[in-house]
Amino acid sequence: MRKMKYVIVGNSAAAIGAVEGIRKSDKESPITLISDEPYHTYSRPLISYYLAGKVSQEKMYYRKPDFYSQNGVEAILGVKAEKLNTAERIVTLADGRSIEYDKLLISTGGRPFVPPGLDVNKLNTFSFIKLDDVKAIEKLAKPGSKTVIIGAGLIGLKAAEGLAKLGVDITVVELANRVLSAILDEEAAAFVQQQLEEHQVKFELNTTVDQVLGNEQVTGVTLKNGKQLDCDFLIVAIGVVPNTELVKDTDVRVNRGIVVDDSMATNVSGVYAAGDVSEGYDLIYKTQRVLPILPNAYQQGENAGENMAGAEKAYKGGFAMNAIGFFDYPMITAGIIKPEGDDFEILVDSDSEGKSYKKIVLKNNTVVGFIYLNKVDRAGIVRGLIREEADVSKFKAELLKDDFGYINMSSEERAAKLLKGGRSA
Amino acid sequence: MKRVFAKEEYCVGCRVCEVHCVVAHSDYKDDIVKAFTKQNPRPLPRIIVEENRPVSFALQCRHCEEAPCTKACITGAMQKDPITGVVSNEEDRCVGCWTCILACPFGAIARDEQGRKVASKCDLCSDNDYAPACVKHCPNAALVYEER
Repeated sequence: MRKMKYVIVGNSAAAIGAVEGIRKSDKESPITLISDEPYHTYSRPLISYYLAGKVSQEKMYYRKPDFYSQNGVEAILGVKAEKLNTAERIVTLADGRSIEYDKLLISTGGRPFVPPGLDVNKLNTFSFIKLDDVKAIEKLAKPGSKTVIIGAGLIGLKAAEGLAKLGVDITVVELANRVLSAILDEEAAAFVQQQLEEHQVKFELNTTVDQVLGNEQVTGVTLKNGKQLDCDFLIVAIGVVPNTELVKDTDVRVNRGIVVDDSMATNVSGVYAAGDVSEGYDLIYKTQRVLPILPNAYQQGENAGENMAGAEKAYKGGFAMNAIGFFDYPMITAGIIKPEGDDFEILVDSDSEGKSYKKIVLKNNTVVGFIYLNKVDRAGIVRGLIREEADVSKFKAELLKDDFGYINMSSEERAAKLLKGGRSA
Repeated sequence: MKRVFAKEEYCVGCRVCEVHCVVAHSDYKDDIVKAFTKQNPRPLPRIIVEENRPVSFALQCRHCEEAPCTKACITGAMQKDPITGVVSNEEDRCVGCWTCILACPFGAIARDEQGRKVASKCDLCSDNDYAPACVKHCPNAALVYEER
């Protein structure tokens, strides 16, 4: 095999997936990995655990310390890839170096979304995505200090949980009518909000920040609902958008993210994209969508790597799915959780005393989404049914039961799924 | 690789496999009584018996070739051994986020919240030099350990 020059920009789940994908077949060719962060690959979702003191920085590594050397990766860390020339196949770094590639993966992730007009330039204003964000926040997060978090999504609420454990006085401001509006309906969101409120997290829903107060440094915010909140620091967690800066002024096609086909290739020869920066196929919505979640990033990255190394392997696509918890209250959700239109059938089992909630959304007798609160065991079986687009009409009545499992399927179906072992799961 | 397969026509739903799974993952690997009386907290069974009379069968991790749990794991704790094929969770690095439970299409990963929260799953008794304990102790040979 002719040696390839592989270049990967990024150092998180998609980038690591690509290294592992390339090395499935090509053990020889050099891989250069470039990241503007100075750290060995680490798990981004662990930053809230780090902040709460549950995981040390040494334990945050996403792959073992010898990962790069074991995989023949030259890691250029702490240097930003600034320019891409797709005609000459060169990436230019902030320190002036030029790196040539035959196959390039852009896995630059997301960057914080900041709505127009919101002042995020004052001191003590942070996002909550990278390790450096929490390293700065931890200096201010003292018992009794005050913070305002803008956004009650996954990132905002994980920040709130971490900070609450440190005794910080927290108010979360959210434009939507509920917490976690992307993954929970109103009823489920009320359970989760109550859980957080029991741990002294306060909420201002249906409103947003009007003005950020203070001169050089944040001292508080005013809200559109007229209230004013004092704070020592401000966390902006409204969302992430694809970090497509590197392909600006190139021919690489960008819609919301970098558009990729089922081999993670962009429209430009030799250039691939994966993870939060990309816009790949969503197999529930059956359209291109940005899916900024770690499992999808890894799988897209792995698939990109396999294809960069010459395999012709299609990635079937991903869909939204999250497992998350707050103060030991777990939830697992996937797909369409609050459908609009008449084509959907909804199954619900709500238990306010047990603080549990299960909702399954069906379309044409296939599962297209679910919410499991508190009772999350074996949720993956239902996720698998979504992925397979399985007809569930024969066991629909059993789906919500706590002991739902393979026993509820016909013996033929069960045999087909279980007896082949794990060969094509 | 060899995996454990259930023969549901032989399974009587006695759950002896669960008992021996607990013992095999305790500090008293050859002593049921001590495993159940002395060890606290006791390990969870890493095998699930599904039952709807008259049908029953035991199910554990399939050690998938393309294991979704390893790809979904947010910390890198869940890994498939490239040589043995065994999928195992490095509990020291697991934070109990349950993304693997979301990912596993077999529902074969359990939440262990007895100490630090960690994902608990079949390791094919990799610490032992004999067949997995569930297979060895099944009284009706309803579990087999073989290549397919």
